[in-house]
Amino acid sequence: MEFTYETVAFFIFALTTLGSGIMVVTDENLFHASLYLLFSLFGVSGLFVLLVAPFLAAVQVLVYMGAIGILIIFAIMLTRGMMKMDQVYNSQRVAAAVVAVLLFIALAVTLTPIVDELEFGEDLNAELAEDPVADVTYETVNELGKVITDRNGFVLPFEVASLLLTAAMIGAIVVAREDEA
Amino acid sequence: MVFNTDVTANFWAVAPEIALAIIGLIVLGLDLYSRESQRRDVGYFAGFLLLALAAATVFVPTPDGSLSEQLVLGGMLRHDQFTQIFRTMIYIAAALTCFIAMGDNRMRYKGEFYLLVIVATIGASLLAGASDLVMVFVALETLSISLYALAGFVRDDARSAESGLKYFLIGSFATGFTLYGFSLLYGFTGATQIYGPDGIGQQLAAGKLNDAPIIVAMMMIVVGFGFKISAVPFHFWTPDVYEGSPTAMTAFVSVASKAASFAVLLRFMLAVFPPEKLAVGAAADYSELWVPLISVLAVITMTIGNVVALVQKNIKRLLAYSSIAQAGYALMGVAAIATTDGGQGAASVAFYMFMYILTNILAFGCIIVFANATGSETIADFASLGRRNLWLAMFMTIALLSLGGIPPAAGFIGKFYLFRAAVDADLILLAVAGVLNSIIALYYYLVIIKVMFVDPSPDEDKDIPMPANYAWVLGAASLAVVLLGTVLANPVIDWATQAGLELFI
Repeated sequence: MEFTYETVAFFIFALTTLGSGIMVVTDENLFHASLYLLFSLFGVSGLFVLLVAPFLAAVQVLVYMGAIGILIIFAIMLTRGMMKMDQVYNSQRVAAAVVAVLLFIALAVTLTPIVDELEFGEDLNAELAEDPVADVTYETVNELGKVITDRNGFVLPFEVASLLLTAAMIGAIVVAREDEA
Repeated sequence: MVFNTDVTANFWAVAPEIALAIIGLIVLGLDLYSRESQRRDVGYFAGFLLLALAAATVFVPTPDGSLSEQLVLGGMLRHDQFTQIFRTMIYIAAALTCFIAMGDNRMRYKGEFYLLVIVATIGASLLAGASDLVMVFVALETLSISLYALAGFVRDDARSAESGLKYFLIGSFATGFTLYGFSLLYGFTGATQIYGPDGIGQQLAAGKLNDAPIIVAMMMIVVGFGFKISAVPFHFWTPDVYEGSPTAMTAFVSVASKAASFAVLLRFMLAVFPPEKLAVGAAADYSELWVPLISVLAVITMTIGNVVALVQKNIKRLLAYSSIAQAGYALMGVAAIATTDGGQGAASVAFYMFMYILTNILAFGCIIVFANATGSETIADFASLGRRNLWLAMFMTIALLSLGGIPPAAGFIGKFYLFRAAVDADLILLAVAGVLNSIIALYYYLVIIKVMFVDPSPDEDKDIPMPANYAWVLGAASLAVVLLGTVLANPVIDWATQAGLELFI
């Protein structure tokens, strides 16, 4: 394997994602866990940049780290009782680990041959680097906007998603509000 | 792929959902502006409008002829009779749910309940017609998220809160599986559309792709849908959620969500992993793989559901295991779709779901009346119900006979068509397993009838009051169950058969 700047960057981002991901589920302090979650999401956005998907990377930072991360931290701070977890592991942790490893092996074994099938080979990085990033971003956003609002595109799921969010909001209020009585 | 771009045809394809969204907004407004004492009428309003919508849906024209005429809105939906029959039954389920929820003091004054039911209905009804991965996923989530909120609706009740949380956690996990399967399919084919020459189905059938990852994707999708229809071994949430949720919500989740999930399962299996006759120039026939898979799931599901149901003491838990078993019967029809001609398998599932919706809501409605009067959901407390309220006992009996598959109730014809579809598809062993299981199931259904009419009870002289609104809702549902088993059977079966046939265009 050739050792390029991309490879170094990939390992940095991959280690950030995985390492923080492990800390999210093992840290006893819920507040720390949520901060690690932000790091993990940052690593994912870095991976998007490496895949020449700058728009997705920006969305990842804005929506996941910015909005959702802050919401989670707010929720934890407002309910102080759950800041500290008494027990991080439950009785089924060994079984869960075995299942996770098996699933990983199954996915890795089935998915790796596909990369060869797609025949990118050595040219993968060269091909990706051909288009200037600015153009890619412009085109992606442009296409996305068109496709979401086109009657013969994805307008129906787009509209239904807004109904979904309304229902989720009302559901959350119903479940969480104090009764007047 | 060419889609139907005619504005009128596109409008009619989503007209029911537009109407539902408007009804939902009106319900929310009525809830805001009406006084506490009048809020119950919001349920009547929603229920009658939903019934009217169900009736109107029967007459909405669908584009006939070719696949490209029926694919509307950029191929997001397929507007065919199959969509229409499932939509109709889902609207009936939603209407009956609104009616039986009105007697529950914990929900009758909350308009949000009806709104969440309506949004869940929109999700379910779009799911029945969805023909694009993105649409399937958004519809599935619209249905699920509303149901999570409904399960935890009665916050003061620890059981309801627990069932809401449990349903949410396991449900999100199952959604994750479905989504992983979808992303694999999209990754291999670069398409989200399931129909058409560039669609996922024909690309997979062309056999140019590696088998192993496609099988992984198929498994993941079956796991996700298996959770929604509570097939064993993805059924663990069912008894707890059914027991803990408000009973009206249990009735809704046991029928509407199940019917919509069966609709999408049928469509998905036929379109994405097409059997040979649906594929153009087929090189790979994945139905050889999923037919045995679904058959095995069907046998395990009905057997475990029925055997565990035998020992249940709580009526809602019993109906939960019974609904697992019923999902197992319906899976026989799914297994039969690939090999039967004339869409018989799909038709038998559609008819079965139609009768199951009416029957199960009837059963849960009876439980609500009983539990409101006595505060109990234990089967032993149903003793001498026949002497305490004859009508209630009669309605419950009709529901149980239909679930058990005894004529003249509709369950008999439903089971008959499922078994026939399995036999016609050369799945003889599957049909035998189904018949044996129906015999086991009869035992626990008949025991309840015996308890109601024979067993003595210390409260024998205490009448159980039947509120007027329940009397007519349950009466109408019982009548519908009997009619569907007798004079209405043929028209509905004809409709279901046509719906099944259209899946093969």
